[in-house]
This record gives sequence, C-alpha cells and structure tokens, in this order.
Amino acid sequence: MAVKTLTIDGTLLSAREEQTVLQAARDAGIAIPTLCQLDGLSTVGACRMCLVDIEGTGRLLPACTTRVAEGMVIHTKTERLQSYRRMIVELLFAERNHICAVCVANGACELQDLAIEVGMDHVRFDYLHPECSVDISHKRFGLDHNRCVLCTRCVRACDEVEGAHTWDVAGRGTAARVITDMAQPWGTSETCTSCGKCVQACPTGALFIKGMTVAESRKDRSEIGFLVTAREKKQWVV
Amino acid sequence: MGRLKFATVWLGGCSGCHMSFLDLDEFLFDLAARADVVYSPVGSDIKEYPEGVDVCLIEGAVNNDENLEAAKTVRDRTRLVVSFGDCAVSGNVTALRNTIPDGARMVASRSYLEQADLNPMIPQAEGIVPTLLPLALPVHAVIPVDVYIPGCPPPADRIKAVVQQILEHGTAHLEGRQLKMG
Ligand code: SF4
Ligand code: SF4
Ligand code: FES
Repeated sequence: MAVKTLTIDGTLLSAREEQTVLQAARDAGIAIPTLCQLDGLSTVGACRMCLVDIEGTGRLLPACTTRVAEGMVIHTKTERLQSYRRMIVELLFAERNHICAVCVANGACELQDLAIEVGMDHVRFDYLHPECSVDISHKRFGLDHNRCVLCTRCVRACDEVEGAHTWDVAGRGTAARVITDMAQPWGTSETCTSCGKCVQACPTGALFIKGMTVAESRKDRSEIGFLVTAREKKQWVV
Repeated sequence: MGRLKFATVWLGGCSGCHMSFLDLDEFLFDLAARADVVYSPVGSDIKEYPEGVDVCLIEGAVNNDENLEAAKTVRDRTRLVVSFGDCAVSGNVTALRNTIPDGARMVASRSYLEQADLNPMIPQAEGIVPTLLPLALPVHAVIPVDVYIPGCPPPADRIKAVVQQILEHGTAHLEGRQLKMG
C-alpha cells in the first residue's frame, strides 16, 4: 500500500494512493460539499459541488473523481470556489421546480442543506419553471421530476448494487430526464425489483415512498454504503 | 437613530408570514417602543403607502399588476426592502402556476369557471380587479431587494433576528439554518 503526502487547506497529510482527494480530505476531517457522490457507488463527477483548486493544474477539479498524488497542494475553500458552489446550487434551484414548502423531502433534503451550507438566501437567476411530470404508477414508490437534480445516484444504485439497471438518463441539457426501462411508466417496468435502493439513494424529494406527504420523507442514505461494505469486506458496519 | 418608520405589505401570499410576524408576541412591545408602524395590513389602518419609510417587509410573490405597482411604490419610498418569506424570496407556492402553459388564464378558468357552482365567470373590472401577470415572480425579479428572510412561513425567531439586526445595525443578513426554505 503506497502512501502519498499532500497538503489540503494548509494541513500536511498522508493518504493511500488509491484514495480520491475527497476521501483524503474527509479522513482528515476537512469537509467538502458533495451531491452526486454517495458512499458505495462509483463516482461520476456530475454535479461539480466538490470542485477544488489544485495548484499547478490551471483548472478546478472535482475532488470526488481526482486521485491523490505526491506533493499535491489543494485549496477547498477559496472565495472563487465558494462563489461557484453557490452558483451551482442556485442553478439547480432555477432549473426545476423546488418548492420546499410543499415537498415530501422538506427538512431532510441534501439540496436544501447545500443551499443552507453555501449561504443561498435567494436565487439570482431566472427560474425556468419547466413543465415536469410525476410518475406514481409504481405500487410503492413515486418519481417527481420537478425535484430531480440529475445526480444519477438512482441509476448507479440500481445498476451497481441491485444489478437491475432499471434506471437511465434520456435526453440532453435541460430536457434530460431519468427514465425507467424504455422510458415507460415505472409501474410497468419489468426489470424493477421494487427493492427501493434508488429511493434511499436519491438526495432530494424526486424519489419517494408513496403515501408520504409534505416533509415526511426520511431516507437512510447510508444504506447503500452499508450494503456494499458488507458485500465486499464482509463487515456489517455503517 | 430616531424612531424607525416600519412598514409591512402583502402581495401574492397567504398572510402566513404576517401571522408568523404576530407570533413575535412580547417582542412586538419592544418593537413598538422603537418603531412607528407607518403602514401594515396587521399593524395600522393607513391606506396610502407613505414617503420616507425606513424598513418594509414584503410578503408574497408579485402575482398581478397591483402587486407590481405596490412593489415599485415600496422601493421608491423605502430605504431597506426585505423579501419576507418564501413567496417573496422565490415565488414559492404562488408561482406553482408558472409551470402550466398559459398559467394565468388556466388558473383563473379552473377557479372561476370549472369550479364555480353559480354564475361561472372570470371577474373583470378595470381598475378594481387586478389582472394576473403571465408569471408570478419573486420580489427581487422586479425591484432591488436588500434583505431576504426565507421560510414558509419564516419562524418568529428568524423574523426577530432580522428585526433586531436592523434595529442595531440598520440592515440584516441571515446565515446557517436561518436560511432554510420551506
Ligand atoms: S427536493 Fe429538496 S430543495 Fe427541492 S423542493 Fe424538495 S426539499 Fe426543497
Ligand atoms: S431521481 Fe433522485 S437520485 Fe435519481 S437523478 Fe434525480 S435526484 Fe438523483
Ligand atoms: S460530488 Fe463530486 S462532482 Fe458531484
């Protein structure tokens, strides 16, 4: 096991060579905001919340997909990064219809928490107000596209942990939507096992358990990491 | 600072933010000792928004032409404009109709035609019944806003924090969990 030494926010630390900058930072107690990353799933670098400034690279890189390297000097809290993070969160709010007051996830939502963390007191961009559908054709679960941030955590949880690959993303840009099977109602999906891993993985109110109303959704997002650790390391620990 | 000229208005909102304001309970006495309520649907009976207001809390989204005029008047005559509650800050529930194509017409026809038991008709009276704008907008989309109080409604302690900061420093800025929407 090779070890690399690097500096994050002025702290000199060592990390295993297979670790990402995000893991190294977390081990050292340095918090970097994330959204599309979820322990137990592969990383895709989709949301850009975790961007960090690595000296000498000339560009900002996502901490969740960047491997540590010897001598790296990393800044995670520069003014520029903080202003970009707030901008990213504002754009997510502007892109779909997030009305926390009437959302199933109100009070237990990673997007809402990120808005608080980045100090978002209002959204400076024009809201797009897209027309979004809600799919409640599944017996147990619902999908509300109004609240989806396209993190693809559901897609990866379903594919990598459950092995069903019911979920995918169709379309491009602001027209992109998560879909089940061949873009058909979830309730008619032949691959869905109704395990609910996608629901637990979802950071927002986009995937929910039917029958829950405003502010009732409380998910256990560590369940995915727990399952993967149990499977790979035979350790039943959170 | 002398006595604060304090105002509140409500635009396209449900009055919940004002009800939460009344939840300030005994702090209202402290406020009354240091401020004159020069305009407010819950604190005065003055019909015309006055000149030279120090602080105005605006509840509600800008939903119709009357709201738009009111917002502009407030801005012209007020030093510190505060977006008060989620509808003012983001459009919130008032702006749900924005996702429906031709939403202004659709919601009016749903409420006054389809749901009517007697005399279905869309109320129209020039200069009396305001006309819906094509989109319900957050206040900062139509006038510059100085301070934001998220929340649906904002809890009383959050309103109190803002009012206290204004009394002490002339302006306010919320942080942390005090920014939680919904
Ligand atoms: S998904 Fe989260 S941010 Fe979006 S409306 Fe629901 S609680 Fe608010
Ligand atoms: S449904 Fe949830 S988990 Fe899936 S992409 Fe949307 S926000 Fe992410
Ligand atoms: S958490 Fe790293 S890009 Fe989303």
